[in-house]
Amino acid sequence: MSDVLLDPHRIVITGVGLTAPNGNNLTEYRESLLAGRSGVVDYETRYMGPVLAGVCDFDEFRYQKKKDRRRGTRAGSISIYCANEAVNDSGLDWENVRRDRVGVYLGITEHGNVETENEIYEISQFDYDTTCWSHHHNPRTVANNAAGEVTLNLKITGPHLTLGAACAAGNAGFIQAVQMLRLNEVDIAIAGGVSESIHTFGIFASFASQGALAQHEDPTKACRPFDKDRCGIVVAEGGGICTLERLPDAIARGAKIYGEIIGYAMNSDASDFVLPNASRQAECIRLALSRADLQPQDIDIVSSHATATEQGDIEESRALASVFSEHPGVAINNTKSFIGHAMGAAGALELLGNVPAFDDRIAHATINLDQPDPCCALPQIVANKPRSLDRAECILNNSFGMLGINSVLIVRKFPAEHGGLYN
Amino acid sequence: MAPPDIRQVVLDILERIAPDEDLSDLDDSVAFRDQMELDSMDFLDIVMELRKQYRVQIPEDEYEHLITMDSTVDYLTPKLADVPAGV
Repeated sequence: MSDVLLDPHRIVITGVGLTAPNGNNLTEYRESLLAGRSGVVDYETRYMGPVLAGVCDFDEFRYQKKKDRRRGTRAGSISIYCANEAVNDSGLDWENVRRDRVGVYLGITEHGNVETENEIYEISQFDYDTTCWSHHHNPRTVANNAAGEVTLNLKITGPHLTLGAACAAGNAGFIQAVQMLRLNEVDIAIAGGVSESIHTFGIFASFASQGALAQHEDPTKACRPFDKDRCGIVVAEGGGICTLERLPDAIARGAKIYGEIIGYAMNSDASDFVLPNASRQAECIRLALSRADLQPQDIDIVSSHATATEQGDIEESRALASVFSEHPGVAINNTKSFIGHAMGAAGALELLGNVPAFDDRIAHATINLDQPDPCCALPQIVANKPRSLDRAECILNNSFGMLGINSVLIVRKFPAEHGGLYN
Repeated sequence: MAPPDIRQVVLDILERIAPDEDLSDLDDSVAFRDQMELDSMDFLDIVMELRKQYRVQIPEDEYEHLITMDSTVDYLTPKLADVPAGV
């Protein structure tokens, strides 16, 4: 084996588990994305009534007892489903894996709001008698809940963290995993992002108060990033979790390798609570490219973050234009147009929906892009129909969040056809 | 509420707390924990459900009465005597 294949700092994706509003595994999800199938539906919330949302329908009890589901949270249940799917997909001999050398790193936008809202509603039925407040509230709402439930379910005794990173969280989970593998803190990382946000009215109400909640008579047309007739954010739930390993370990056991994480970056806008900042986003993209030792023209697909808010779409378009304007060959797409904004899961799901392009060389579309906003007129956007590519070797995945948190991940096909020494 | 009604109330609560368990063969004279998976958090669920449904307050130092179905029904009978069945 060549020296570069023995480099333990090279980290690869070896298993994928996901639930999205339009698919409960990678095959279903990819088919939906290529077929233009949305997962946005009418959805009823407590207090607010009808809204639009991306809703998942995975089998909660495939890997979890009813009692454990009753004890835990929707975020925990999503995490357990996705983690088990990823482990099964990885081909790892799980019974003989050293569980103390497995780490769980899951990004999340927020946690605890669902349970808190439920408990307040519950005690309201008892004249706000706080002795009726559930003893399950604390274990359900601690910030490590989602990752912790995975360790309980899969009997993992290594470290676990749930990383709060707003809507940059999916990438943040992967980045933490890469770092921990490179530091030899763990041998296997179960990482990605999850979101249960649709199960509390607060996130919908807050976006509505901000004038940023999508409304549309046809739910499938509600999420319209980069479109002049955009109407705001569609909140979604979901999860995207992968098994990550060091390349030599993956090769040694003959693992299927979905791709190699070759670059990443995170930074902060330091400019506003909610408004994004194109300059900082562009810096984040360039830093990730630099760490991957790539030029902009080496990127084949940019998975954009755009959420269908005016400011968000425009700022990201500016950032992308500043990096990629001289490179017409890159395909820019947007997954939220299909599933809505899966919050903590967004970064992970948006990356994973594009990973099959390494095999089929197709960039899935950005749907609902009927009249491009002139302020977002990037010629590279893949509008409404999938695009066949001459080359699909590198994906750059953007995820940005409130309080000005930015994350960028770059994943390359393995083995890369144009990777030179890297193969 | 008569003892058979109280037994059914407790059984309904146990079925909600332990939905994966088959309670059809529950032995009323044997400790719950010896015949089903029931930990301290589950036990608190029994106390909470009785509080919510019937406003029965069970002090911590009286939890020991909730060991078996027989002891639980005996303990609850005077507390639920004035509660009509089916409420």
